[in-house]
This record gives sequence, C-alpha cells and structure tokens, in this order.
Amino acid sequence: MQLFKKTPTFDFVGKRKYAMLISSILFISAIVTLSVNWLNLGLDFRGGIEIELGYSQTAKVEEIRKALNNNGYKGAIVTEIGSTGQNVTIRISEKDNTSKVEVSNKVIDILKTKTDDEFKIRRREFVGAKVGEELREDGGIAMLIALAGILVYVMLRFEWRFALGAITALIHDVGITLGFFSFFKINFDLTVLAAILAVIGYSLNDTIVVYDRIRENFRKIRKGNTLQVTNTSLNQTLSRTLMTSVTTLFVLSAMFFLGGELIRPFAIALIIGVLVGTYSSIYVASSMVLALKIDRSHLMPVTKEDKADSHP
Amino acid sequence: MNRYPAWKYLLVVFVVVIGLILAAPNLFLDDPSLQIAGGRTVQVNDGTLKRIETTLKSNKIEYKSAVIDDKGILIRFADEEVRARAKDAIKEILDPNYVVALNFARTTPDYLTSLGAEPMYMGLDLRGGLHFLIEIEMETAFQQQLDRYKNDIFDVFKSNKKKKLRARSMLIKNNTIELKYKTAEKRDEVLSIIRSKLTDLQFSTFERGDAFFILAEIKKQQVEEHRSNTITQIINVLKKRIDDKYHGLMEPVIVRQGDSRIVAQFPGVQDSKEIIDVMTAAASLEFRMEHTGYSIADAKAGKALGASIYKERGSGREVLLKNKLIITGQDITHATATSDENGQPAVSVTLNATGASIMKDNTRENLGKRMGVVFIETVKEIKQINGDNVPVKREIKEVISLATIQGLFSKKFQITGLSRAESTQLALLLRAGALAAPIEIVEERTVGPSMGKENIAKGINSVLIGFIIVVVFMLFWYKGFGLLANVALLVNLVLIVAVLSFFQATLTLPGIAGIVLTVGMAVDANVLIYERIREEVSIGNTPQASINSGYEKAFSTIMDANVTTLIAAIVLFVFGTGPIKGFATTLSIGIATSMFTAIVGTRAVINLLVGSKKLSKLSI
Repeated sequence: MQLFKKTPTFDFVGKRKYAMLISSILFISAIVTLSVNWLNLGLDFRGGIEIELGYSQTAKVEEIRKALNNNGYKGAIVTEIGSTGQNVTIRISEKDNTSKVEVSNKVIDILKTKTDDEFKIRRREFVGAKVGEELREDGGIAMLIALAGILVYVMLRFEWRFALGAITALIHDVGITLGFFSFFKINFDLTVLAAILAVIGYSLNDTIVVYDRIRENFRKIRKGNTLQVTNTSLNQTLSRTLMTSVTTLFVLSAMFFLGGELIRPFAIALIIGVLVGTYSSIYVASSMVLALKIDRSHLMPVTKEDKADSHP
Repeated sequence: MNRYPAWKYLLVVFVVVIGLILAAPNLFLDDPSLQIAGGRTVQVNDGTLKRIETTLKSNKIEYKSAVIDDKGILIRFADEEVRARAKDAIKEILDPNYVVALNFARTTPDYLTSLGAEPMYMGLDLRGGLHFLIEIEMETAFQQQLDRYKNDIFDVFKSNKKKKLRARSMLIKNNTIELKYKTAEKRDEVLSIIRSKLTDLQFSTFERGDAFFILAEIKKQQVEEHRSNTITQIINVLKKRIDDKYHGLMEPVIVRQGDSRIVAQFPGVQDSKEIIDVMTAAASLEFRMEHTGYSIADAKAGKALGASIYKERGSGREVLLKNKLIITGQDITHATATSDENGQPAVSVTLNATGASIMKDNTRENLGKRMGVVFIETVKEIKQINGDNVPVKREIKEVISLATIQGLFSKKFQITGLSRAESTQLALLLRAGALAAPIEIVEERTVGPSMGKENIAKGINSVLIGFIIVVVFMLFWYKGFGLLANVALLVNLVLIVAVLSFFQATLTLPGIAGIVLTVGMAVDANVLIYERIREEVSIGNTPQASINSGYEKAFSTIMDANVTTLIAAIVLFVFGTGPIKGFATTLSIGIATSMFTAIVGTRAVINLLVGSKKLSKLSI
C-alpha cells in the first residue's frame, strides 16, 4: 500500500500565511487560558487530603468512589491499601480556603449516609504541596536546559535558523497541548507531565526529519527557489510524516479507549501533542525558517564533513 | 553491495541472544514473601528459622519455602493474604529488634540468575511498594539552631574583646538563651551590641536575685522559616541518599506532610531494612584541634574549659579535643571511598569554599599540632523498660584519627581510620549531606497498587492492543518489509526490557510512556528507510541499489532526529527527579536500542536473505 502513488505536490508553503494565523490564534488562546485557569493540577502537584478507612469486610471501592463523585468530590481518588482489601484511602485535592478538617468530615458524612458498609477512620492526614513545588522547579529547569542543548546541536548540525525554528515548533506544540488541558480542565498529574515530555521528543523528531530533507534538497536541487525547494521537501516527507503519526495514534487511541481512567489523561496529552506536532512539523517549523529568510547559501557544505554523515 | 561482513551478523545475533536472556526473567512472576533480618543486637540463625516454621505450622499457615539467605530468612507464600496472616503470627513470637518486611521474592530460575539476569521492578503505581511516615525531631533541630546562635553571641564577644562583654554564664533553657551579668550597666551595654548584630533574635531582660539577665529567643518568623528549611533539607538529603545508593533508578516519592512529618514511598522495593538503614543513618564528622593546655585528669576534674574528652577508636585511649569546631560534615561537598597509599580504607573528601578557607587558615595556624577527626554515629536499640519495648537512641562519638598537621591543605584531603564498609557508608552519607535533624520512622506500610489492579491491567492491555494494530498495519502497508519492521519492533521491546532489567530499573507509568514513544520512533526509523527505498524504486533504481541508498540516505535523518531527542532525554535525566528520571531513562534506552534494531538489525536480515539474490521487485 502507498499513500501517494507518486510524490504529491500540495502547496503547503503557499498556505503558510493561513497556517501562521491558525497557529497564532491557537497559541495565544493557549496562553490566555493558561494565564486565566492555569492547569487543573492533580494531587501530585498540589497536595491534598488523605483519609484512610478500615472496613470489617472487603471494601467496595467502586461504591465509595461513586458516592463521592456524585456528592461534590469529583476528583476523589479511592485506593485500596494493604493486602487485606479492607482498607481504603481517599485522597481529595486541596481547595483554597477550605479547612481540611471540614472536608474530611464532609467526606465521612457522605460515606456514612450514602454507603451501607460500616467503617472506622484509621487515619486522616493532609498531604503537603511541597512535591509540586520541587517538581515544577526541577521540571522547568530541565526543560530550559534541554531546549538550550537542542538549540546548540541543531545550530551545529544545521544552521541557527533551523534551531530557532525547531524550538519555536516545540514551544508551539507544548503550549497548545498545555492550553488544551487548561481549557478543558483535565486533571494534570505526573503521568500527564510525562506525556508532555514525550510530546517534546515526538515534535522534535518530526521537525528534524523535515529539516533534514530541506537541507538535503537545498544541496541537491539546483533549480527552484527557496519556497519551491521547501515545498518539495515537505511533500517528499509527507507520507512518512503521516505514517508515523498514524501508527503512534493507533497505540494512543487504544490507550484512550481501553486504557481506563488512569491512562486516559496521559493518552489525551499525547494524542493532542502528536496531532499538533504533525501539523507543526509541516507548517510551523518550515514557515519559521522561511520567515527567518533561509537561503540555499546558508546550507551549502563548507567542508567534506557532510559526506561522512551519509554513511552508516 | 548489500552484504555485511560476518562479524556484523554475529553482532546482531549476539545482541539479540543477550537481550532475550536478560529479558527472560520478566516472564517469571514474583512470589509474595516475608523477609526477616536481624539487627545490631539480634541474629538470624537456624534456631530462628525453626521457631518460625513451627509457628507457621501450628497456625496452619501454608508456605512455599523457608530458607536462610544472605539477607536473613526468606519465606515464600502463594498469595498476599496468607502472607499477611503469617506476618502477624511471626511478629508475635519474635524479638522486636528483628525486621520483618513484606517483599516479593524472585522466582527466576537459577540458570538465568547465574547468567546475571534478573527482572525489572514494577513501580508503586504498577504493583505497590513501601510507604513510610517519617517524623522529624524538630526539637533537636531547634536546639541545634540555638547552639548556633549561642556561638554567634560568643563570636560577638570575641570580636569585641576589649570591651569584656563575656557573660558570667550563658545557658540554653526552654528554647531560650540566658545570659547572666553582674551589673545592669554591663548587661545593657551587651544588649545594645548583640541586638544590632543578631537580628534573628529577639531580646528581653529581667533580674533575679542580684544578677541581671538577657533572654534571647528566636523570632517567630525565623522559627517557621527554620522549620520549613529543615524539612526541605531532610527531604533533599533522603532523596540524594536513595539516588546515590540506587543510582537514581529507584523513584522515591518523598513529600512533606504537615509540620514535622515526611512521607516516603518506594515503588516495588524488595528490601525495606536496607532503605530504612540508608534513610535513618546519621553518621557525620567533626574536625577539632587537640587541646594540649590541660591533662586528661584536669578535664575529668572539670577544670578543662573549652575542651572535652573523646575516646579514640580501637585503642580506647582518651584524648582531649577543643570544643571549638573547625568544620563539620556539612561543609563537605563530595566524598568517595578509596584507599590510602598503604592500601587502608579511606574517605577522600572535598570541602565547599567556606570549609576550604577555614581549613586552610586552620592548618596554617596549627602547623605541627594534632587535629582530630570525630566520627559521630547514632545507634538505635530497643530496650525493655517496665515491660514495654522502648526504642532508645545513643550517640557514639569516636576519634577515628588524630594526626599531626604536616602541611597546608584546604579543599581536598583524605580521612583514614574506618573499616571498608564504614568508609563506603560514610562517603555516601557525606555526599548526600547530614540530616538537619534526627528522624524516626513512625509508620511503615506496604501499599497496594494505587489505582487498583484492573486499571493497570487495562492500561497494559491497551498498549498491547495498540501494538497489535500497528503490527498488522505495518504488514499491510509494507508487506515483506513490514514484517521485518515488526520483527525489529519486537526485538526492540525485548532489548528495552533487557536493558531495564540489567540496570534493575523501576518501571512506572511514565516509564511506559517512554517505551510507547520509543516504539513509535522505532517504527519511524523503519518508515523513514522504507519511504526512501520506495522513492529510489520509483525513480527507476534497481531493487538492490534502492535498498542500499534507502538505508544510506535515511541514516543521517535518523541520526539527527534521535540525537536531538537523546539530548532532551539526557538533560531530563540529569536534572529531573523521580518520575521525570524514569521517563528519561526508558526514552534514552529506547533511542539507543531502536537505532540499533532499525538500522543494523533489519539491514542484517535483508542482507542475509536477499542481499546476494537477483531481485526484480521488492516486497514493499
């Protein structure tokens, strides 16, 4: 099977003005929703309340979860603890200005009235928010340094315009994915953070493949202007770009539909990231280098080193 | 054109075989088990084992096996419920100084273990693990803080020597420092000086008898700041110690809880005793000059001001050291266990800038005099007091070396006088830093899978189904070459699992995310190559030439794409903690293995199968 019988000739470059517009709107919206709503940070990041209950028989985790979800504690996480199946912990995110004691009393009231089984309170505790602070700091610093490292590598291997383009595409993809989470108030926990990191890897991979072809074509195709060469490159890599996205999306869709509650936010983050990443590697990454006035002369080999690159 | 030298084929076969061996142990599921270990005061022996077996039998608790191994007694059970009953029964009959820990014992067959193959760990989110609640002894932290302020006051006195500010007595009482003076004038003079120098303290005055007092207290804001600094410091130290000990592959979640507690979770951990030891160990160093102005007898008579008696390790000889600290373990930024020129165990330490300059000044001023290195260790014992088991802590201070300063040194030097095991432990503790306050584990628990087993099963199933769809799709799309890509994908998975197992990494959900991404990228490398081959075929090249140039041209693309991603992964590994590290680990491993399988692996198969044949058409 082949997606295109011969290399397609879509005019991607001609449409880049529209793409720029769409990207700007999406990115600015993402920034707006992030600055207004920030993220719906999960317990991992903001701490919360933890209550441990001991039942005399096996605890009905589903029932407890349902009772809490239907009575104002949507984000309540009910977890089996220990090996007997009789103890559960309930974790509830900390809401501003509510007393922790009040919340835990309320939770216990709900369970007393809405569920049948008798239980004892084994432990009531407050989970501090320190970890979030650290995670945010470490993660933030790590991401900045990673961006700098990539910038330098792409600058050495390609050219500074490409480096800037790759970073722009990266920020674009991560920004929009975060914006999506912010806008739909989807629970942002550690697994989602991991997914965002995966989006960085994916987006980068996609962009570099396109850049690589642009560089190769600049050196190979003598006729045609910058725009045409770029457009040809995008078309040549198009079937690969789509193929890879499709296969990755297969795995992610399976995770989304069959993976259960725990994995769903993770799958959503990656699905959005892959979709945006695919789009940005076609439109944003190349538009950026064009906007920065890339020229054939920027990519002509200076020494023989590029010859060595093409041999395994 | 499409032929490999024999060594390349062999390399591929070798890597795949090693990968299969290392990954194989993951097929054998662990037994729930109990591990019983002795402590400083109790030993595990055949008698203990016999008592335990008798207890289990008399309680009609079935167990698979009970043996003594190098870590103590290991008892295997069929399921976790039986194990829970067994734990209760055993704890009842054993001395509380024994450690009884819930574990998962490997069932890896001996022939695999003997090859060094062991399964990877499953994270707390995938299988459960250990959960600790740790209490910080805040009182001690505040006490130490007061000590420091007391020294600060001393320093103020010293720097104003001529004014003779020294108090008649200076005592720490009920979280305050009390200074005693003969006259109100002197006291007021002192007060105005120290008040301007020590802004963290608040002062009040009172009279008692015929003496005049200054009462210094730490300001409330400072107390709070100190509290939160102490907790943060302890969390960081614990993380560093664990990262150091387990090479960052364990992903502890260590979080503040309330005003004086810390929660520490260890996914899929086997040996709780080891972790407790690493976390609670409180060994540190102090450097003090020898005091030669008094004799030991003077000191015993209480006449040696500013000096204290210490025992020398080994000889038990008593030595007199100055109370004034030169530096402590806190000033040490790096430490490694090594051997000195005589082959004796030693710890080589590096000081921070302040420590280095203090040490330099000290060695210059005290050339030819002797400096003592004091090793401080806190030992915990359980003692019976009135029939109750009460944990008792004892601090042991020993001089491990007392040597003449032969020349100037500052930043780097070696410490000797410890055993090999102690050197290793001390180096680890110094590297991670000393705890700002003593800690105690007040609750230890084994956590069940945090989101329920079905959720996990669902998660892993969905990933598998996703893989199957990809495999079918690749086959349909690229036919013969698709099959090859699928084989590469499978081998890649095996290799990732093999490497994770080899490094004994903990697999968590973020880790699986890394694997999913890598699998995507492993397919991607093949897609890149195949699309290139198709392009080559479509411009009229022969099949063999197309294969060759397809691989060659795709290579630099794959390289660039993977290297950039690898940079990101490595940075995340170096600067991230916990889950970020886990993700970065699997991603980095996956990048390496996928490049190998996609570029060398598939090429080897193609070369072997069709490399020397005349082809008219490619199955692509």
